[in-house]
Amino acid sequence: MSENIVSITDMQFYRGEREIYKDISLSVERGKITAIMGPSGIGKTTLLKLIGGQLTPNRGSVIFQGDDVHKVSRNRLYEMRRKMSMLFQSGALFTNMSVFDNVAYPLREHTKLDESIIETLVKLKLEAVGLRGAAQLLPNELSGGMARRAALARAIALDPELIMYDEPFAGQDPISMGVLVKLIKALNKALDLTSIVVTHDVKEVLGIADYAYIMANKTIIGAGTPEQIKNSDSPLVQQFLRGDADGPVPFHFPANPVEADLLGDSA
Amino acid sequence: MNFLVNYFSGLGKSTLNRVNGVGAASIMLYGALFAFPQWKNIRLTISQIYIVGVQSLLIVMVSGLFIGMVMALQGYTILVNYGAEGSLGPMVALSILRELGPVVTALLFAGRAGSALTAEIGLMKATEQLSSLEMMAIDPLRRVVSPRFWAGIISLPMLTLIFSAIGILGGHLVGVDWLGVDAGSYWSIMQATVEWEKDVVNGIIKSAVFALVIVWIALYKGYSCIPTSEGISQATTQTVVYSSLAILGLDFILTALMFGI
Repeated sequence: MSENIVSITDMQFYRGEREIYKDISLSVERGKITAIMGPSGIGKTTLLKLIGGQLTPNRGSVIFQGDDVHKVSRNRLYEMRRKMSMLFQSGALFTNMSVFDNVAYPLREHTKLDESIIETLVKLKLEAVGLRGAAQLLPNELSGGMARRAALARAIALDPELIMYDEPFAGQDPISMGVLVKLIKALNKALDLTSIVVTHDVKEVLGIADYAYIMANKTIIGAGTPEQIKNSDSPLVQQFLRGDADGPVPFHFPANPVEADLLGDSA
Repeated sequence: MNFLVNYFSGLGKSTLNRVNGVGAASIMLYGALFAFPQWKNIRLTISQIYIVGVQSLLIVMVSGLFIGMVMALQGYTILVNYGAEGSLGPMVALSILRELGPVVTALLFAGRAGSALTAEIGLMKATEQLSSLEMMAIDPLRRVVSPRFWAGIISLPMLTLIFSAIGILGGHLVGVDWLGVDAGSYWSIMQATVEWEKDVVNGIIKSAVFALVIVWIALYKGYSCIPTSEGISQATTQTVVYSSLAILGLDFILTALMFGI
């Protein structure tokens, strides 16, 4: 049987005064690709930062491999983070170093490996994402898709057990999108990873995900395998899948009735 | 009534925010100061010394030269009335070593290096580079903040000494070479008057204190800025304004402690 690498229970989170999550519970099975989908602006990135321990929930817990991310000591948290990895939306490559040095950076920081072994490892990682030829380029010389692949190579440099993708498909052309979809699937299998993909590109991610959650209205509105999600009878889920402008997820940001707002008190 | 409640709650909130900020800045200072003894950090610190120190050399040297020249010119026009132009050397040397050297260099440093530090760290924050370091289990305080911190503290006193030396030479250029003050009296009276501890060392202490304050403000402002273009520009401005005010205020306090009665 498979176990859960991450499980979140009854999590509530406020950013300042604003409630981001009312009550979130979800679990990520080891070895699987789990998709977390939802409209933009509902704090999907925040969820990944909560799993990584960069933010602390107001209530509830996040368990990673049996330990509560927010209750362990700082040193233990840093140990845990070596087993997880995150691909940021912007790539977050270090702009003052070449692609090669970017990928080598975590290896140089966390291992005492010989420079020649590091070189081999980096080349292998870059080969996996198809950028071995771009090793000496600087991040500002890369296209958006290439930058994301380079960041992916850096994210897998330390052979993590869990990798979290933050909007990997956002702003990509169809070809690099296809490349990334294929890469996520292939890496998950080849490196025995567990992947969490946070995205709003429904079609792409449902093609590769083993399990999916849909978030809206500060909570999880649907969960299941891609088949179950597609056949869900929840109007919320269907609105999201079809991309309807209005529905259970309202088009309008909460406000006074428009008549009252425009005509003043006379309306 | 409502207005009053709003006013006081706003006052309380902004006070709490301030106190929070001071606390966060202190924790950062602590983290940066004690993250030093590691070989990798020493290498990073040296490359930062190049960026904040060596690259500030030109502006510091040119300013030092002109300040020295102006001091000699002004000093000469006054001293010559009393036939005391022989004292031009100590006048230039003392005012530069005690005050102008540390203060002007620190102001230049805040504008040249402090603002760059804030912008750099702020941009690293905005592009999620700091976040990604944290997720790689690398402490950004150790690898990003600490080397820049120490580089500033090491660089500024050296820059100050260079500024003072060039200023005194600039004074010589105007006073001796141009206005005709006797070179022997320029140097010998200076040598007899300037004291190593009281004047030179105190100037170095001043500049070390200024360095601490500048890099602290610059790095904290960058680290805590709102990660947008407005946020970074605001943080950069604040760095220059706050550190300039801090330099001038502290200079008075330090002068009172060092030379006061």
